[in-house]
Amino acid sequence: MIVVLNKENMLIVKEQDVVLFRNRLKEYAVKIGMGLVNQTKLITAASELVRNMIKYASGGHILIEVISKGRENGIRLTFKDQGPGIPDIPLAMKDGFSTGKSLGLGLPGARRLVSEFDIKSIVGEGTTVSIIKWKNG
Amino acid sequence: MTKKQSIVMKYDASKILQRKKKSILEEWMKNQLADETLREDLMSNEDLREQSTELLDSLLKTINDNNIDNGESADFENVSEILSGISISRARQGFTPKETGLFVLSLKDALLQTLRSEISDNPEALYDSSMRVNKLIDTFSVVTFETFIKGREEVILRQTDEITEISTPVIRVWDGILALPIIGTLDSARTQVVMENLLQEIVSSGSGIAILDISGVPAVDSLVAQHLIKTVSATRLMGAECIISGIRPEIAQTVVHLGIDLSNIITKASLASALRYAFTLLHLEVRKVGSKDKTLI
Amino acid sequence: MDKIPILRMGRFLLVTIQVDLYDRLALNLESDLVQMVSKTGASGVLIDISALSIVDSFMGRILGNIGSMAKILDAETVVVGMQPAVAITLIELGLELKGVHTALNVEKGMELLHTKMAPIEESEEETSDSRVE
Repeated sequence: MIVVLNKENMLIVKEQDVVLFRNRLKEYAVKIGMGLVNQTKLITAASELVRNMIKYASGGHILIEVISKGRENGIRLTFKDQGPGIPDIPLAMKDGFSTGKSLGLGLPGARRLVSEFDIKSIVGEGTTVSIIKWKNG
Repeated sequence: MTKKQSIVMKYDASKILQRKKKSILEEWMKNQLADETLREDLMSNEDLREQSTELLDSLLKTINDNNIDNGESADFENVSEILSGISISRARQGFTPKETGLFVLSLKDALLQTLRSEISDNPEALYDSSMRVNKLIDTFSVVTFETFIKGREEVILRQTDEITEISTPVIRVWDGILALPIIGTLDSARTQVVMENLLQEIVSSGSGIAILDISGVPAVDSLVAQHLIKTVSATRLMGAECIISGIRPEIAQTVVHLGIDLSNIITKASLASALRYAFTLLHLEVRKVGSKDKTLI
Repeated sequence: MDKIPILRMGRFLLVTIQVDLYDRLALNLESDLVQMVSKTGASGVLIDISALSIVDSFMGRILGNIGSMAKILDAETVVVGMQPAVAITLIELGLELKGVHTALNVEKGMELLHTKMAPIEESEEETSDSRVE
C-alpha cells in the first residue's frame, strides 16, 4: 500500500522550468534523507524524461510525490504530456533506439536509474511516464 | 428488566476493574517480582512499578463495557502507544521477547484474578467477562511482540551499517596509489558502498590508481561481478584506473561459467603484483640501494 | 546574455562549467570553444566539470561534440573533475563519453595533454635513468 505523504505539481513549458524542477526535486530528495548517489540517479533520470517532454511534446506536467510503502520512503514522479505519443513502446525502450538526433538513451537509461518505471502512451493523445526511486535505491 | 440484563448490569467488568485498580496493580507487581526471569539488572523495581502504573492507569481510564473485548478500539490508542514505547525501549535494552511478553501476560493474570474474586457467585457472568478481558489483553500482547521485533530490527540495521563502515578500509599505499582490501562476503549492497568509498577516496586523495583486493572474499555472484565491473568503469570515466587483485581460482571459475567478460578489466593474482604493475603505470621502479641493478624487488 | 568564460593557458584552453547548461547556452559554448581553438591554434581543451552534480545524456553529448570538433582542429580534449556520483550514474545510464579523455583534476589533465602532444615534448617526461647511452 503506497501512502502519499506530500505532493506538488509543476508545469514545464520552457527550459528554464527544468532548472526549477531539478532544484525542487533535489530538495525533496534531501528532505527524505536520500543518499547522494541515489539523488544523482533520480535527478538524472528525471532530467532525461523532462527533456523528452520538452523536445517531443512542447512541455507538460510533472507531479512530484513523497511516498511511503511499509517502512520505505521514496519519491514518485509522474511526467504527463499531450504530445504525439510513442507508437512502439518496446522499441523505444531498447538501448540505442532513437527518433531524434539523440543517442536514444533516454528511456532505457532512465529506467536503469530508478526503482520502478512505468510508461503509458497513446498516439495522438500523449504520454505518461511514472517513476519511483526509493530512498535506499 | 430481563434477568439477563440485570445480571449484565450487576457485573460490568470494566467498572469492577476500575474500582479495584489498586489491588490489581499490587497483584500485577507481585506476579512480576515473583517471576524468576525478572531482569533486575536491566530495570529497577521502582522503574518497573512506574511503567506498570502508567499502563494500568491508561487502560482503566478508557475501559468500558463496549470496548472491553476490543483491543483495536480507537479508545485504546494511548494504551497501545505506551505499550509500544515500553516494548521498543525494552528491545533496545536487551530484554528477550519472552520477558517483554510476560509483562503484559502477568497483567492478564492479575485482571482475571480480580474478576474471579469479585464475580464469585455467577459462573456464567464470570466466564463471559473473563473471555472478554482475555481477548483484550491478547491483542495487546500481539502489539507488544510486533513492536519488540521492530525495535530489534532497528538495532540490527544500525549494526549492519557499522560493520559495513569498518570492513571497507581505504589505504594510501603510495603517492597516487590506493588499496582496498575487502574481507568477508560481498553482497550487492556492500559492493555499492565499496564502490562509492573508492571513488570518493580517489577524488579526495587525488590518487590515479586504486587496487581492489578481493583475496578475502570467498565467493562472488553475477550481480557482485557486475558491480565490480561498473566500479572499474566508473573509475576510468573519472580519469583514474582500477586494478582488481586477489581473485581466487574458484571465483575465476565461477566468473567464466557465468559468462562474465572480464577482458577489459586489469586483474592481478595478488596485491603485490598489482602494486608492481601500478608502479610501472606511474613510471616508478624499485631498486636496491647502492646497486645499479634496475630489477624490481 | 550568459556566456561561459574560456581561459587561455599557454597552448591549452580551460573551460569551467558551473551552471546547468540549457540548449542555447550549450550551443553557444560549443561554437565559442571551436572558434577559440581555431583562432589560438590551441592543442588542448580542458573542461572542468567538478561543479556539475548532474550530467545527463544531453550534457554528455555536448562534451562528446566538443571533443570531436576540437579533434578535427587537431586539439585533444580532457574532461576533468567528474564527481563520483556522476560517474556512477553515467555508467548506469550506459553513456560512453566518446572523443574525450578524462582526468581527476586540471593538473593531471594538463599532464595528460602533454603526453598526447607532438613527440618532441614527450622526452621531457622521461626520468634521467632512461637516458640513451
